[in-house]
Amino acid sequence: MATEVMAQAEESRTNYLTNGHTVKSWLLTLDHKRIGLLYLFSISIFFAIGGIYAALIRLELITPQGDLMTAETYNRVFTMHGVMMIFFFLIPSIPATLGNFLLPLMLGTKDVAFPRLNLLSWYVFMVGAILMLITIMSGGVDTGWTFYPPYSSIYSNSQVTLAGVSIFITGFSSILTGLNFMVTIHTMRAPGLTWFRLPLFVWAHYATSLIQVLGTPVVAITVLALAFERTLQIGIFDPKLGGDPVLFQHMFWFYSHPAVYIMIIPSMGVISELIANMTRKKVFGYHFVAFSSLAIAVFGFLVWGHHMFTSSQSMYAGMVFSLITYAVAIPSAIKTFNWTATIFKGSVSYDTPMIYALAFIGLFTIGGMTGLFLAALGLDVHLHDTYFVVAHFHYVMVGGAIIGYLGGLHFWWPKMTGRMYPEVWGRISAAIVFLGFNLTFFPQFIVGYLGMPRRYHAYVPEYQVWHILSTAGASLLAIGFIMPVVYLAWSLKYGEKAGDNPWMAAGLEWETSSPPPTENFTYQPVINHDAYEFENVKEIKEAAAKEAALQTA
Amino acid sequence: MSDHAAHVPGLAHHFVNMEQQKEAGTIGMWLFLLTEIMFFGGLFLAYTIYRAKYPDGFLQGSHLLSVPLGGLNTVVLIVSSLTMAMAVYYSQLGERKKLLGFLALTLILGSVFLVVKYFEYAEKFQHHLFPAHWMYNPAADHPPTQYHGQVQVFLWIYFMMTGLHALHMIIGIGLLLVIMFMAHKGKFSKQYNSPVELFGLYWHFVDIVWIFLFPLLYLTGYHVGGGH
Amino acid sequence: MAEHTSEHHIVPLKYYFGVFALLMVFTVLTVWVAQFDLPGMWNIIVALTVACIKATAVVLIFMHVRWSSKLTQVIIIAGLFWLAILLIMTMGDYLVRGGWGVLGVQPN
Repeated sequence: MATEVMAQAEESRTNYLTNGHTVKSWLLTLDHKRIGLLYLFSISIFFAIGGIYAALIRLELITPQGDLMTAETYNRVFTMHGVMMIFFFLIPSIPATLGNFLLPLMLGTKDVAFPRLNLLSWYVFMVGAILMLITIMSGGVDTGWTFYPPYSSIYSNSQVTLAGVSIFITGFSSILTGLNFMVTIHTMRAPGLTWFRLPLFVWAHYATSLIQVLGTPVVAITVLALAFERTLQIGIFDPKLGGDPVLFQHMFWFYSHPAVYIMIIPSMGVISELIANMTRKKVFGYHFVAFSSLAIAVFGFLVWGHHMFTSSQSMYAGMVFSLITYAVAIPSAIKTFNWTATIFKGSVSYDTPMIYALAFIGLFTIGGMTGLFLAALGLDVHLHDTYFVVAHFHYVMVGGAIIGYLGGLHFWWPKMTGRMYPEVWGRISAAIVFLGFNLTFFPQFIVGYLGMPRRYHAYVPEYQVWHILSTAGASLLAIGFIMPVVYLAWSLKYGEKAGDNPWMAAGLEWETSSPPPTENFTYQPVINHDAYEFENVKEIKEAAAKEAALQTA
Repeated sequence: MSDHAAHVPGLAHHFVNMEQQKEAGTIGMWLFLLTEIMFFGGLFLAYTIYRAKYPDGFLQGSHLLSVPLGGLNTVVLIVSSLTMAMAVYYSQLGERKKLLGFLALTLILGSVFLVVKYFEYAEKFQHHLFPAHWMYNPAADHPPTQYHGQVQVFLWIYFMMTGLHALHMIIGIGLLLVIMFMAHKGKFSKQYNSPVELFGLYWHFVDIVWIFLFPLLYLTGYHVGGGH
Repeated sequence: MAEHTSEHHIVPLKYYFGVFALLMVFTVLTVWVAQFDLPGMWNIIVALTVACIKATAVVLIFMHVRWSSKLTQVIIIAGLFWLAILLIMTMGDYLVRGGWGVLGVQPN
């Protein structure tokens, strides 16, 4: 029929990768798919830099004495690890790469609502990142990624102002991406694609964008004020000059706590897609999973005070923040239970993306549950600023956000490049990441509970065994992260040709060719069914018809 | 599909029709203003906390500001909002001359605001009232009070809030020049005028910020016999 | 006007002049009221009420929100809601620490 004619015509068509080969065609592209790849490339570099810092931290902590570096240097190393990983990798990770690439495909439209703004956001991001690299080369920052004054504004001898300006600028890139996504989801959905037919990935990105748009401006003004205090020596946050350091913490965490959800909610969206497609089942409780993303985004704005239990924040405020923090567990648990229920009795295939999805459920559960320990006012006094906290947020950010990112990258790799990654290597590296991750961070729960404070370069000898385990795990984790870089690069040239829908997955993005043409679809998609209805997938229908024909014959 | 779209002036290729493009622009602008609310919101929070903390310093600090000049600028901005609204009105009717005229009026009023602001700032610098620690010396020109430190806090809030507001005015005037150039070239018509409308939203928003800044900064200490 | 572009609403000029008059009157009013020493916090309450009325008039008429889509209105309400979260939750902390008076050292 008409579709076959189109399929033949498609063979000779150029796709988004072959549409222009010059550097200019990449740097001035307005194509959301290419911008996604620009982001993918840049954040991979920043992840590597952050990873080098992580390696230095783990090396230093093998021995109880500070023998690899001085306390001063160590302060700079852990600060730059945090800053690179949070502002330049985790926050843009899924939205700016997979989100940019997939959102218009999933919505059945040609591009995001504001393609120029989308490109601008990448340039703004790169300006901020280059400023941060200059910061690193001129000595880095030693305040911790939280930049608490008055240390950061008056006493620190490191490049706080430059780092502040860099983060201020990078924030606008995040705002632009979020704004673009929200407008795109509101106005660019294909005919028939109602809100409750949207893939859960899109719902997750809507919730994420909401946080980016509402939260980021507040941290922008906060770091701007910090930079002014530092350069002009005026009493904004320094109590000696009449300022209020707790006000900084309020304003900082008003964004920076929701920022954690900027990292984890898109990952949850990815996991919903992976689990539905890898088990060939409709996500159990679609509406609940969709709304739980929004609920997390909204509740996420009401809990920032749990970072300040041991500051001079009032006890009563602490109680309110603590209670609401417990409430965030509800939407998170809804997601976890619904994913588990989706897997139940599904036809599960244990390909790499599914291994990552399963790892996510387990690790995120541990990360989330330990969050409840920290939300308890009394217990937090003991655990505050220990390795227990470090382990907790790494379980959420690495075990949650990065695992989801890797799973999504493997799952949509054939769509992005037209090639399959080597499945065996994928599974091996997923297993190594899972083992290495747990070996790195589980001991940190224990050593933190025993009293090891965070941000110390030396410690009492009793803790050494846990630190050695952790460093051993980190080496394994590094191997697990390097492997995908190698085999994904290899697959670009030597990977098996993927075809349009290698997973027999449901979703608009799988209905176009791999890699997609520049305009995404050669026709205007019209949607007349819900998400994850596998009986509508062309490839599954064909396979069923073939089987039926065989049986009758 | 795409060659059909090419016939509509002002329609970008990735939108299905003008209505969708206009809707996207409007929502995008409002979401941008939402970020602006939060951006200024952080400063309003700081204002609230410090005003509660240092009531005396805020009273004395506001005496350093000129109510007539602040009031003049308030009126200037309100009139400029009216001229902007009328510019939008005439762009919707497709009357190019009147559109250009009202945009020009808006531009002039915006510039007047900035000139007045410049004189206010210059006066502060002259009297050593810029709160940077190497410059701040209120005793130089004023009888010493017991609240210098608190007044300094008031002054940085004043400079940061009005400074960011003025920055928004400068950006607005830059955008206004672009819009006027487009209007001059005849880009706008009854069918296509959303850049004018969207810019209008931005301009009114900046006006609203000032509507709050004027009483909060200038009038705070007026009742205890301050304002010159 | 009655064609399919009816959602493209043109606001009659009299609305604009009305809002302009209101803004001017309220500006004079707010300056006039500010010279009286009202008891307690009433000075700031009156000033902010007047400012809010002025802002609402600008939003509804100059910015056409009275005639815009539900979505636009929801966005504005969301903005105010989140601003309220920031202000109320933070001020709540300061207030229950024992009143505004115990906020630390007062510099001279």
